[in-house]
Amino acid sequence: MSKSFALMRARQRDRRHLLRGAFAAAGAAVLSGCDRLSNNQAFVDTLKSAQDLSHAAARVVAPRRAMAQEFSAADVAPVFRSNGTLNPGDADYVALRDSGFAGYKLMVGGLVAKPAEFTLDQLKAMPARTQITRHDCVEGWSCIGKWKGVQLGAILDMVEPKPEAKFVVFRCYDSMEGPSLDGRDSRYYESIDLDDAHHVQTILAYELNDKALPVSNGAPLRCRVERQLGYKQAKYIRAIELVDSFAAIRGGKGGYWEDEGYEWYGGI
Amino acid sequence: MDLDATAVAAPMAHDAGAARSIYRHRLPVRVMHWVNVVCMTILLGSGLNIFNAHPTLYWGHDSVTGTPWLSIRGENTPTGPVGKTRLGSAEFETTGVLGVSKVNGDTMARGFPSWATIPGPQWLAMARHWHLFFAWIFVLNGLAYVIYTIFSRHLVRDLVPTRAELGNIGTSIVDHIRFKHPTGAAATRYNVLQSLTYLIVIFVLLPLIVLAGMALSPRIDTVFTGWVDLLGGRQSARSLHFLAAAGLLLFVIIHVFEVIVAGVWNEMRSMITGWYRVPPDHPSKELQP
Repeated sequence: MSKSFALMRARQRDRRHLLRGAFAAAGAAVLSGCDRLSNNQAFVDTLKSAQDLSHAAARVVAPRRAMAQEFSAADVAPVFRSNGTLNPGDADYVALRDSGFAGYKLMVGGLVAKPAEFTLDQLKAMPARTQITRHDCVEGWSCIGKWKGVQLGAILDMVEPKPEAKFVVFRCYDSMEGPSLDGRDSRYYESIDLDDAHHVQTILAYELNDKALPVSNGAPLRCRVERQLGYKQAKYIRAIELVDSFAAIRGGKGGYWEDEGYEWYGGI
Repeated sequence: MDLDATAVAAPMAHDAGAARSIYRHRLPVRVMHWVNVVCMTILLGSGLNIFNAHPTLYWGHDSVTGTPWLSIRGENTPTGPVGKTRLGSAEFETTGVLGVSKVNGDTMARGFPSWATIPGPQWLAMARHWHLFFAWIFVLNGLAYVIYTIFSRHLVRDLVPTRAELGNIGTSIVDHIRFKHPTGAAATRYNVLQSLTYLIVIFVLLPLIVLAGMALSPRIDTVFTGWVDLLGGRQSARSLHFLAAAGLLLFVIIHVFEVIVAGVWNEMRSMITGWYRVPPDHPSKELQP
């Protein structure tokens, strides 16, 4: 082996070390830079602006009335997975639950011409829709279940939303864990727009897999808005409110998880 | 990469001696290449963070009735937390990297380790913001690239291998195994393995990853009701999205490796400035170990 060859090998080795070091340093710099940017509000707002584009694109390619896939009875999971609150400890809910939801009343108000209250029996007496659909959690899992309930659109037709109403807000019984925002209510809430509210498959479900909706899945009444992710499917619905803006509600982002940083549009 | 035949036809003799330089990559391709580097880095890191929110992959519609084929989890044992990775029916202990790893000094149960995810800590909402923003740039950049390669004739001229090149595929495979890189005129064209790899990445892996990613959106699923079944259901789509990402990562690793072996400074210069120094046909003997 000639001297110049040995020197060249040494140089190649140095170069390899240099390259490897450079790759590792660049990698670490990129990752720590991304972490710092994740805490920069202006940057995060820029990232979040993509959801408006995604929402607009989704509305173009998947029209307002496009239907979520419905499955056959054979596809239904033996046990529907429960997530989030499994058994609310809030006193008003506990009292209702212990009475078998006998005294339950769904209040529908806000920007409507005719505010109304509905007992469970009244809701069950209305025309029902049954659908076997797939529930997609933002975490990545899915579960197929059979839901029966009353179309939200039918309820809205009865209470007659005012022209300025833009969103349907679901107020729920369950207080979420963790710090409440500046001492504000930490009860779960969610909101959807009127397109989704009037969609054929958007129902207030009182039955899951041919049985009364279990407590762990949101008894006595939960929302199914089938073209959005799981956190939009409000459970333990206490009241429905029509609003022109949700800026004044709790964190102002339109839902409990939205206040925690998730997208308001949960269709992506 | 972009090989400019007209530039090859009129070589610019920067060095009258052994090497000549050619203008190999045109500006649009260089810009799109580096936009891709940024997007793929962020999409991979944020994608792994999203994966960590439910670190199991299945075949089927549903994660209750579907068949799990990859699962990465942490378990508490009397001797401390243990990371376990299950692939099919085989289980591996992967403590320190998969299942259980340290985040800022604290041992945590998590799928992929914090050095591989964006952001580092487990933060699904933030990872989704990164992922869904850069997914747009990635897709728009990719569409721009496909349109550009078609209309600039880059696709037909440089990417699609000729019949003769396809016939020489055996030689090309042997050359790759021996890390032998083309010199002279041959170095100004993609070799046949390179062409085929780029074509598979551009026309198979990238469309698949985008399509499988879209299948994860409950609203996009409604474009044609039931189209997700073509991918085997939503959980299968999530698996395919992950596997396509793994395929792209493998491509990037080989790509970067080849760049280093072929001459990192020359290759980097050509992707930054466009100019590539063509390795001379008859390299001096002392450069051959």
